[in-house]
Amino acid sequence: MPEAIGLSHYLVVAAILFTLGIFGIFLNRKNVIVILMSIELMLLAVNINLVAFSTHLGDLVGQVFAMFILTVAAAEAAIGLAILVVYFRNRRSIAVEDINMMKG
Amino acid sequence: MIVETMVFYLFSAIMIASAVMVISTRNPVHSVLFLILTFFNAAALFMLTGAEFLAMILVVVYVGAVAVLFLFVVMMLDINFVELRQGFMQYLPAGALIGAILLIELAFFSVGHWVSAPDADAQRALAMPAAGQVSNTLALGRVLYTDYAYLFQLAGLILLVAMIGAIVLTLRQRAGVKKQSIADQVSRSRGEAIEIKDVPTGSGV
Repeated sequence: MPEAIGLSHYLVVAAILFTLGIFGIFLNRKNVIVILMSIELMLLAVNINLVAFSTHLGDLVGQVFAMFILTVAAAEAAIGLAILVVYFRNRRSIAVEDINMMKG
Repeated sequence: MIVETMVFYLFSAIMIASAVMVISTRNPVHSVLFLILTFFNAAALFMLTGAEFLAMILVVVYVGAVAVLFLFVVMMLDINFVELRQGFMQYLPAGALIGAILLIELAFFSVGHWVSAPDADAQRALAMPAAGQVSNTLALGRVLYTDYAYLFQLAGLILLVAMIGAIVLTLRQRAGVKKQSIADQVSRSRGEAIEIKDVPTGSGV
């Protein structure tokens, strides 16, 4: 009989997901699109943490704030991709190393 | 209970496997598709914890909007992804090291038995209604439009700013493009639109 699924199970899953997000940023240093996707993974891990604690403590506020994180994540993705499109129009590439035009 | 355990392990295993695929596939289109799979499985996990409304929102917002936005951008931009893959292995050791350290640190706090403080129940900001009393959506709606009304408005403002910002960033006026100007068309007078010429017979215009 395995033990019941509790708070720490969800926390471990969220920790693995967050680490994968960080790892993805390191691995795809040149590709901005995959970096944005890694950030989405990290925000999802944070959301899982919030919801797990919300259930564990019987407090609904965690879910309310998870919803606000969702809002911010959507806004961030939209702005990030818009910047990416403008950058691609100017430079014909999305390599991160090329983003030093403002160095002067 | 055994079913719940199995479902949890199934969904979290698929979620983590697809998250690995997101950061490791060669083709970014596949990356986006695996991201969608990750979100679906996260929604299933939310459902398992009892956060039904958030699970549905996750599917609607992330799968329906954010992931499709990613897919549009990946397919629209003509990018040489092979070039971007260079140095993939170069950053692997450093990334693996930092990832391992972070995971160990996070697991150190995550694993183990969490015990609530004796007066934790009294300090709940917003006690969750008992199961079967009201639905999760109703309970969330009751607090979102009352206690958190200002934050709710602020979230809407953030989305508005993001929307206007994205439009302003990507809008461009290109020279040499013929566009229809309805005001010009409507305000034309008869005098500038047509000209009547008297054509002599047999000589042409």
